[in-house]
Amino acid sequence: MPLIPVVLWTDALVFLLLALVLGFGLYAARHEHLRAPWRRVVRSRVGVATLVVLMAYAVVGLLDTLHLRLAQAQQDESREVRYSPEVLSLLDLALSGLRARQEKTYSAPFATHLYVKEAIDQPDGRVVRDYPRLTHGGAHLTDPASQRGLDIAWRSALGLTKGLIFWALISLGILWLIARRRGVSVTDVRRLILAGRTEVPWVTALGMLGVMLALAFVAGELATKYHILGTDKVGEDVFFQTLKSIRTGLLIGTLTTMVMLPAAILLGIAAGYFRGWVDDVIQYLYTTLNSIPGVLLIAAVILMLQVYMSNHAESFESLVERADLRLLFLCLILGVTSWTGLCRLLRGEALKLREIDYVQASQSLGVGHFTVIARHILPNVMHIVLITLVLDFSGLVLAEAVLSYVNIGVDPTMSSWGNMINSARLELARDPVVWWSLAAAFLFMFSLVLAANLFADVVRDAFDPR
Amino acid sequence: MSAYILRRVLYAIPILIGVNLLTFLLFFVVSSPDDMARMHLGEKRVTDEAVQIWKQEHGYDRPLLYNPTADGTARLTDTIFFQKSVKLFVFQFGASDDGRDIGHDISQRMWPSLAIAIPVLLVGLAFNISFALFIVFFRGTYIDIGSVVLLVAMLSISSLFYIIGGQFILSKVFHLVPISGYDQGLNAWKFLILPVIVGVIGGIGGGTRWYRTLFLEEIAKDYVRTARAKGLSERLVLFRHVLRNALIPILTGVVVVLPLLFMGSLITESFFGIPGLGSYTIDAISNQDFAIVRSMVFLGAVLYILGLILTDISYTLVDPRVRLQ
Amino acid sequence: MSNGIRTGLLSLLVLALTGCTDAAWNDPYPGADAEDNVYYSSFEERPKHLDPARSYSSNENAFLAQIYEPPLQYHFLLRPYRLVPLSAAEVPVPSYFDAEGNRLPEDAPASAIDRSDYLIRIQPGIRFQPHPALAQDGDGRYRYHALSEADLGGINRLADFPQVGSRELTAEDFVYQIKRLAAPWRHSPISGVMSRHIRGFGALAEQLGQRDQQGELERVATLREARIAGVEVLDRHSFRISVEGKYPQFNYWLAMPFFAPMPWEADVFHAQPGMAGRNIVLDWYPIGTGPYMLSENNPNLRMVLARNPNFHGERYPSEGMPEDLTSGILADAGKPIPFIDRAVYSLEKENIPRWNKFLQGYYDASGISSDAFDQAVQIDTQGEPILTDAMREQGVELLTSVEPSIFYMGFNMLDPVVGGDSQRARLLRRAISIAVDFEEFISIFINGRGLAAQGPVPAGIFGHREGEAGINPFVYTWRDGRAIRRGLDEARVLMEQAGYRGGVDQETGRSLAINYEAVATGPDDRARMNWIRKQFAKLGIELVIRSTDYNRFQEKIRNGTGQVFMWGWNADYPDPENFLFLLYGPNGKVEHQGENAANYVNAEFDRLFDTMKFMDDGPERQAIIDRMIEVARTDAPWVWGFFPKAFSLNHRWLYNAHPNQMANNTLKYRRIDPELRERLRHAWNRPIVWPLWALAGLILLLVIPAWWMVRRRERSTAL
Repeated sequence: MPLIPVVLWTDALVFLLLALVLGFGLYAARHEHLRAPWRRVVRSRVGVATLVVLMAYAVVGLLDTLHLRLAQAQQDESREVRYSPEVLSLLDLALSGLRARQEKTYSAPFATHLYVKEAIDQPDGRVVRDYPRLTHGGAHLTDPASQRGLDIAWRSALGLTKGLIFWALISLGILWLIARRRGVSVTDVRRLILAGRTEVPWVTALGMLGVMLALAFVAGELATKYHILGTDKVGEDVFFQTLKSIRTGLLIGTLTTMVMLPAAILLGIAAGYFRGWVDDVIQYLYTTLNSIPGVLLIAAVILMLQVYMSNHAESFESLVERADLRLLFLCLILGVTSWTGLCRLLRGEALKLREIDYVQASQSLGVGHFTVIARHILPNVMHIVLITLVLDFSGLVLAEAVLSYVNIGVDPTMSSWGNMINSARLELARDPVVWWSLAAAFLFMFSLVLAANLFADVVRDAFDPR
Repeated sequence: MSAYILRRVLYAIPILIGVNLLTFLLFFVVSSPDDMARMHLGEKRVTDEAVQIWKQEHGYDRPLLYNPTADGTARLTDTIFFQKSVKLFVFQFGASDDGRDIGHDISQRMWPSLAIAIPVLLVGLAFNISFALFIVFFRGTYIDIGSVVLLVAMLSISSLFYIIGGQFILSKVFHLVPISGYDQGLNAWKFLILPVIVGVIGGIGGGTRWYRTLFLEEIAKDYVRTARAKGLSERLVLFRHVLRNALIPILTGVVVVLPLLFMGSLITESFFGIPGLGSYTIDAISNQDFAIVRSMVFLGAVLYILGLILTDISYTLVDPRVRLQ
Repeated sequence: MSNGIRTGLLSLLVLALTGCTDAAWNDPYPGADAEDNVYYSSFEERPKHLDPARSYSSNENAFLAQIYEPPLQYHFLLRPYRLVPLSAAEVPVPSYFDAEGNRLPEDAPASAIDRSDYLIRIQPGIRFQPHPALAQDGDGRYRYHALSEADLGGINRLADFPQVGSRELTAEDFVYQIKRLAAPWRHSPISGVMSRHIRGFGALAEQLGQRDQQGELERVATLREARIAGVEVLDRHSFRISVEGKYPQFNYWLAMPFFAPMPWEADVFHAQPGMAGRNIVLDWYPIGTGPYMLSENNPNLRMVLARNPNFHGERYPSEGMPEDLTSGILADAGKPIPFIDRAVYSLEKENIPRWNKFLQGYYDASGISSDAFDQAVQIDTQGEPILTDAMREQGVELLTSVEPSIFYMGFNMLDPVVGGDSQRARLLRRAISIAVDFEEFISIFINGRGLAAQGPVPAGIFGHREGEAGINPFVYTWRDGRAIRRGLDEARVLMEQAGYRGGVDQETGRSLAINYEAVATGPDDRARMNWIRKQFAKLGIELVIRSTDYNRFQEKIRNGTGQVFMWGWNADYPDPENFLFLLYGPNGKVEHQGENAANYVNAEFDRLFDTMKFMDDGPERQAIIDRMIEVARTDAPWVWGFFPKAFSLNHRWLYNAHPNQMANNTLKYRRIDPELRERLRHAWNRPIVWPLWALAGLILLLVIPAWWMVRRRERSTAL
C-alpha cells in the first residue's frame, strides 16, 4: 500500500456530519412537507448562486479533510513498509507544487523578484544590493520585465479555455440528466432553461458554476508558474495558505453548531415540555453559562487545554494532531458559549407546542413523553434549529479571526484566516506595505461569509412560516 | 413591582454562585498557584522558597475548597475559594496578583470604556434607525435590495479590518486624528473620534438589518394598513405608527446591553491604546492575572443579570399590558 | 465655493475641533506642552514593580534608573564598560581577609581569601526628592506617619498629600535597603544570590522569615531594628559590606537599583492602613535621590518624570572614546545635567501606532520593529546598515550597538535522544548545529540585526574573540576572510555517523522525531516555527512543535521534559562569568534551579569555571575562557544562536542619545531642541482635509437624490 488513511478527530466529526446531512436529505426527499421549503430555497436565484459558491468551498474543505500518510521510499532491505510521519490531506497532494515552491521571504503577487533587497554576489566578485530573482515564481522567464505580462495573459487564456471546456462538459451532463428525467430532448431542455421557464433557475446556477470553474482553472494554470497571491514572511505561497484556511473556517462554522446541537435540542425541549423543576434547572444552567463573558470562558478552556497537552505530551506526537485537538476544543467551547440562544428559542417553542390540541390529546391518551417529543415536538422545531444553524455559521467564521487576535484562537501553526489577518497587522506597518496576505484572507473570507449570509436569508425566508 | 425586583435579585444569587464556582474551578485547573507565583516573580533567579513565600503572601497556600486542618467554620472559610471568590459578592475584589487594588483600577478604567461605548451606541442607534427607515420606505425596490446586499457585505467584514483600515486611512495617510492614545477629562475627545467612527461603521451591517426586519414586521400589521387606508402619507405612517411601535423592541434591546457597556470592547481598546476595562481584561488574560479575570467575570455576570432585570422593568414601563408577576 | 469662504469655514471647523488653531490635528499631547523642554517616549508593558528591591526587568529599569541612585553607575561613553561613582564618592576597592581576620595582599590566591570588605563612602549633601513621607511639622515629627482612615479621605494619589519634605541621604539608608532585600515579604529576586555572597544576609532572611505573620507596620519596625552581620554603618556617610570569599563581580551589583538607598520613612508611610487600597504603595511610587522623580503615575496611560528640585547635581562627562571627540557627543562636556525638564512616557501596546507616531514626530526616539525595518534602514554594499532616503530626509539618526545578550537553541542534556554524553548524541547535536542556519534566521526575522554566535560570550565582553580565532570549527570554516557555515552534506555525514541516516534511526527503523518547545504568543511565531521546522527537515528530522504559553514552557524547562528549545539571556553585568555560568553544571535548571537551562554538565568545564570566575581580566583568564568555550563547542549543548544588535532611531532634535547597553540612567544626558521639534511636527502633520470635503460632497450627492426619490415616491403612492 502506498498510503494509509489517517482520521483526525475533526475529520471523524466531519464524516459524521456528512452522514447526518445525507441521511436527512434522503429522509426529506421522501417527505413532502420537508421537501417543500428546500424546493423554495433552490428556486431562488440567490439561493442557487450562493449554494454553488458554498459547494465550491465545501469541496476544497472536504479534500482537505481526507488525511493520509504516504509510504516512504524503501531505505533498506527489510520488507516492512514505512510511512512518513507527515500527515497530508488530499488537498496537500493536489497542491503539492504550491506547497513545495517556497521562496525565501515576501514576494508580491505575480512577482518575479523578492520584495526585499539582498546582497547578491555578482560573477565578477562584487556584491550588489538588489531584489533577487525568485527561485520559483516566474522562474521560467528569461526576461521577466518584457515577457511577464504576455505570459500571464497567455496562461490566463489557456486556463479560461480549459475551464470553459470543463464547464461545457458538466453543463451538458446536467442537461442530459434533466432531459432524461423529463423524457424530452437535450435541446428542449436548453431552450427551456434559456427562456427561464424551469422551476430551478438553471441559468444562474450554471452561470455561477461557469464563473467558479473559470476562476479555478485560471488560478490553477497561473499558480503553476507564479505565486498568484504572493508569498509570506517565510516564503510560503499565500494562495496555498488561503486554500488551507478554508477547512478551518468551515469547521469552526459547522462543527461548533453540530457539537452544541444535541445539548441545545434536548435541554431546550425538555425545559419547555416538562416545565416545573426541570425547567428551573435548565434555565439556571443556561443563564449561568450565558452570564460568563464568552471570551473569558474561551480563554480559560484554551489555556486548560494547553496544560492538558503538555501533561500528556506523549499522546499528541504530531503537530497536526495537536492543532486538530485545539481546533476541536475551540469548536466545543464556542458551542458551549453559543448553545444557550438556541436552547432558549426551543424552550419557548416547546412551551407553545405542548399546549396544542394534538399534543394534549396524545398525552391524555397515555402516549409516553418520549414518543410525544419525538413524534410531535421535535419535527415542529427543526426549522428553528436549521435557521439558527445557517445564521450562526458566518458569525462563527468571523469570530475565529477575533479570537486569534487575543491568542486564544486556533493553533498558531494551523492555517486560518484569523492567523493570516493577525500576522498581516504587522505587515501593514511596513513601507512599502505588504498587503497581499490581508487582501487574500479578506477576499476568501468575505466571499464565504457573504455567500453564507445571503444563503441564510434565503433559508430563513423559505422555512420561517411567518 | 418591588417584590418582583427583590425576587429577581434573590434569584441572581445562585447564578452568581454558579458562575463563581465554575470560573474558580476552570482557572485553578489552568494555572496552579505555583504557576502564578513564577509568573509574577519574574524570570531570573527564582527559587522554590520565593515561590512558597509568594503564595503565602497572596493567600494561595491554603487548600482549594476544604481545609481539614482548621476548626469549625474555618474549614470552609480558610480556603482559597472562600478567600478569593466569595468576597466578590460584597464587591471586595482584593488585590491583583501583581499587587494593585482591583476595585480601584476598575473604578478608574470604566470611564474610558464608557466614553467610547456610549457614543458608539447613541450614534449607531440614530444612524441605523434612520437608515433602516429609509430602506423600509423603499421596500421592494432596487434601493431595498441594493441596501440589503450592502448591509450583508458590511456584516461579512471582520471588525479587525475596520480598525486596521480606519487607522491606516484617517491617521496615517490623512493626519486627521491621533492614531492611538488617550487623555484624561475633556482632552480625550480627539482620541475618541476614530474608535467611535470605526465602532459605528462596524455596527451598521448588523444593526440596520435588524431594525429593518423589525420595521417590516410592524408594517405588515393590520393597524398600519388601516392607517394607510385612512389616507395618511407614507412618511407619517412610518414615523407615527411604525417607528413608535417598533420602539419597544428597540428600547428593550438597548437596555439589555446598557450595563455591559461598562465592560468595554476588548479589541477596540487594545488597538487604540485606550485604558478601559476591555484592555484591562485582555492584559489580564495575557499576563494570566487570574485575580483580575475572576473579578471581571464576576462583574460581567452581575451586569448581565442587571441587564435582564432592567429589560423586564422597561417592558412594563413602555407597554402597560405587560404585568410582572 | 470661494477660497476665502472655504478657509474661513475650515478654520472655524479647526477652532471648533481643537480649541486653538496652531496644534496639529493628530497631536496626541495637550497643545500647551508643545514648546516645553519635554522628552516623549513610550512604554509597551506597564511596569509591574517600581520597588528597587523587586524590580528586575528592563522596562521597569527605564524608569527606576532615572529616579534611584545606587552607589555606582556605568560610564556613559567609555568602552569596555567601566564603573564610576554615582552616589558613592569613589568606586570601592575590596580589602581581603583570611579566616583569622588578617588582611591579605591584593594578589592573594582566591582560595586563601575568607572575606572581602567593601568600604563605601557616599557623597555628602545628597538629598531625597520632595515626598510626603519625609514631611515634618514644626516639632520635627513626621507629618504623615500616623494617619487614620479619616485622614485619607479625598486622597487617591500621592500628589494629593499637601505637604512634602526632604532630608539628607545617609549611609543608614543604603543599609536599610540591603535589609529590605533580605526580607522575605519583599520577594527580592536577588535575595537567593545575595545570601550566598553577603555575610549574614542568609541568617537575617531566615530570622525575618519567622516574623512573617506580622502586620505591615510591625514588619517595618522589625526591619529597622534588625542587624545584618556583614553590613555595618561606620558613620553618617560611609558603610561597609563584607562579602564571602573573593567575588570580583560584586561591584557590578552595586550599580543596580537593588542597592539604591531607601529611607525607612517611606516604608513606614506606605505601610499605614488604607494606603494599599488606594494603590499608594512603594511598589508604585518611588522615592529617590536621582535627577528625576515620578510626578505622574498612571501605568494605564502614561508615566511622567519631572526634574527633581533637590538633585545634587552632576556634570556631563568630558571623557570619551577617540571617536567621540569628532562625533559631537562631547559637545555638552562639563555642563550640568539633566537637560530635560520632563519626560512623558505613553503606554503604547501595538507596534504600528508607535512606529507611526515616531514618524509623525510624536516620539523623540524609537526602536525599529522587524516590520518597519525596510522602511527605515538599508544595508549598504559593505553590509553596513544605513538609513533609507526617506529617513535621511526627515533627519533621523541611526545608532547601533551589540547587546550584551544571547539567544540560543538549547538541547536538554538530560534527554536520552538529544542529550547526554554519548558520542551518538553529540554528533546528532553537531549535525543539527550545522543545519539550523542562524544567518538566515537573522536575515529573515530580525533583518540582519544580529551576529551569528560562535560561542556563549558576546562581542564587547571580555573573552570574546573576533576573526578566525573566534569561529566555532564544528559549524564554520574560515574562507576568504569570513566564517562560512559548513555544508549540509557534512551535517548529513554526521547524521550517518550518529546512526540516523536520512533521519531514520538505524536501530529501530523509525524516523527521528524531536520535540521543540515553543512559546507562541504573536503572529510572527507561526512563521518562525515553520522556519525552524524547515531547518530540521533538511536532515530528515521531523520537528514536533509543542507550542504553549510561557508558564508551561518554563515548567517544562524546569522539569527537564523538553528536548529542544530556544531561549535567551540578558547580561546582569558585562563579565564573561555572567554568560559562562549558563553552562556551569552546579547551576543546572532541573537539579539546582539555576539558569543552566540545557542542564549541561562537564567536569572540565566546571573546574575551569571555578578558576576563571575569580580572575581579573588578562591573558591568563582569556586562555581559560578559550579552553572552556572549546569544551562547550565540542559537546554542543547549544546551537549557539545569535547576539542581537540594538538599532535605535532618533529625530534630529534629540541630542546625546548615545547607546549604552549597560546603563539605564541615560535620560539625564539627553537634550532636545523643542522649537525645532515643534516646527517639524507642524510641517509633517498638516492635516489633509480634502477627504472631509469629498465626504461631505458625497453625502450631499446621496442625500439630495434620496430626498428627491422620497418625494417622488410619496407623490406616486398618494395618487
